[in-house]
Amino acid sequence: MEWIFLLDKTIIAFIAFSITLLIATYSTYAERKIAAFLQDRVGPDRAGPFGMFQPLADAGKFFFKEEIIPATSNKFLFIIGPGIAMTTALMTSVVIPWGGTLEIGDRLVSLQVSDLNIGVLYVFGVVSLGVYGIMIGGWASNNKFSLLGAIRASSQMISYELGMGLSLISLIMLTGTLSMSEIVEQQHGFWADGYFSWYFFKQPIGFLIFIVCAFAECNRTPFDLAECEAELVGGYHTEYSSMKLGFYMFAEYINMFISSAFMASLYFGGYNFPFMDDLGLSQNWITIIGVIVFFLKIFAFIFFFMWIRWTIPRFRYDQLMRLGWQVMMPAALLHIFATGAVILFNQH
Amino acid sequence: MKQLTNRSKVVSDKSMTMAEAAYLPAVFTGLGITLKHFFRKPATLKYPEQKREFTAVYRGRHVLKRDENGAERCTACGLCAVSCPAEAITMVADERKKGEENLYREEKYAAIYEINMLRCIFCGLCEEACPKQAIFLTTEIAPASYEREDFIWGKDRLVEGVESTKRIDITARQDR
Repeated sequence: MEWIFLLDKTIIAFIAFSITLLIATYSTYAERKIAAFLQDRVGPDRAGPFGMFQPLADAGKFFFKEEIIPATSNKFLFIIGPGIAMTTALMTSVVIPWGGTLEIGDRLVSLQVSDLNIGVLYVFGVVSLGVYGIMIGGWASNNKFSLLGAIRASSQMISYELGMGLSLISLIMLTGTLSMSEIVEQQHGFWADGYFSWYFFKQPIGFLIFIVCAFAECNRTPFDLAECEAELVGGYHTEYSSMKLGFYMFAEYINMFISSAFMASLYFGGYNFPFMDDLGLSQNWITIIGVIVFFLKIFAFIFFFMWIRWTIPRFRYDQLMRLGWQVMMPAALLHIFATGAVILFNQH
Repeated sequence: MKQLTNRSKVVSDKSMTMAEAAYLPAVFTGLGITLKHFFRKPATLKYPEQKREFTAVYRGRHVLKRDENGAERCTACGLCAVSCPAEAITMVADERKKGEENLYREEKYAAIYEINMLRCIFCGLCEEACPKQAIFLTTEIAPASYEREDFIWGKDRLVEGVESTKRIDITARQDR
């Protein structure tokens, strides 16, 4: 029984890994297409039908570009920097519950690689490791612009991790658990006990704080000061070229996908969908539809990420820091107090 | 001071109101505007397949015209070269031999006629200077090339064909 369990998990991990990479690849395509549509343009449409092979062409271009490793850089760190960024981005997908349980024969197979009882904490731990990829890359380049870019990016990420973590604490006060699968299961269906079961409807302000901080964590506009190629040099990856640069950019898209999945499962019910118990379908069908619904939610979030990017200009650095420390953190703290008060009120 | 238009705005450095400092109302307005554009028809023209139509008096690449009998109109007077502000035109004149009357209309003709398309600014002064109605600008674009030499156009590319199908219509520029 043990080996078949391992086999299940290996297959699920492999599928989750490939889907993550595939979606990250096609996010670059989606980004360019959505950017084009929002600006009354057509976007890439030459490589294959509707430009579908554009990501492949981009990847091929990255491989054939000249690889430059600065002579004065710390070569070891310079090379593992993008690797760390990529690894930490991919590691978080382990605890995401991609769907409910499938019945195969007489076994129940959960569509989650690992149901850690501290899943949310694990994600936070790994995400904060992602800063190292940026810091190491920027420092190892031995270039003042890279170093300044790395400091800028990492202080931004550290600042917004606070607001993000605090806004999640109030969610965890409601859930009473850190396990991702249990949190999703608590949001079963759409309507329970006379109210919406999704946590978004219970904590809209918490979600707002969380999504703003998630934008900052992923270095997306309006908080993309990590790069801002237009006015502050390239940022931490100034010295990077070829596929190493590609890895950094790719890691960013993976982060975006994972945080979309994270938000969809924590606040928007994960694989749950309205009337899932009233359809009278078998367990397997419900699970399969659930997986599709979950990915639709993720795509909606990814679209929202891109939509925001092509709408809002980026913040100035002092505005960014003021928003992070003077607005997001106090708001999240107040939200914790308010949540605690409501819980206490309901108990008595 | 009297304002020329009513488009100018008075700039002030007043601090933001509560609604502005919250950013969110402005963010949602912006999202609405961009979403409106999402469903709008793109302005793009897919270039090599589709081409935007030029106005009939567009000043594109030149053509050296032939007369109705197929003889070249140019008499190599050099007025176009003199009038050219970019000094893009050079020519070498030659005398028409006996039996070449069907080739050249005048007794003197241009043996070599070259326009450097990289120097040319497509102003159309050559066309205005021409006393023989020989040179005109067309609605075609001088194509791009990788070699500098390819931009020096000789008579092989400038003179229109004899056949009626190869004639280039420039009536729009004549009537102008």
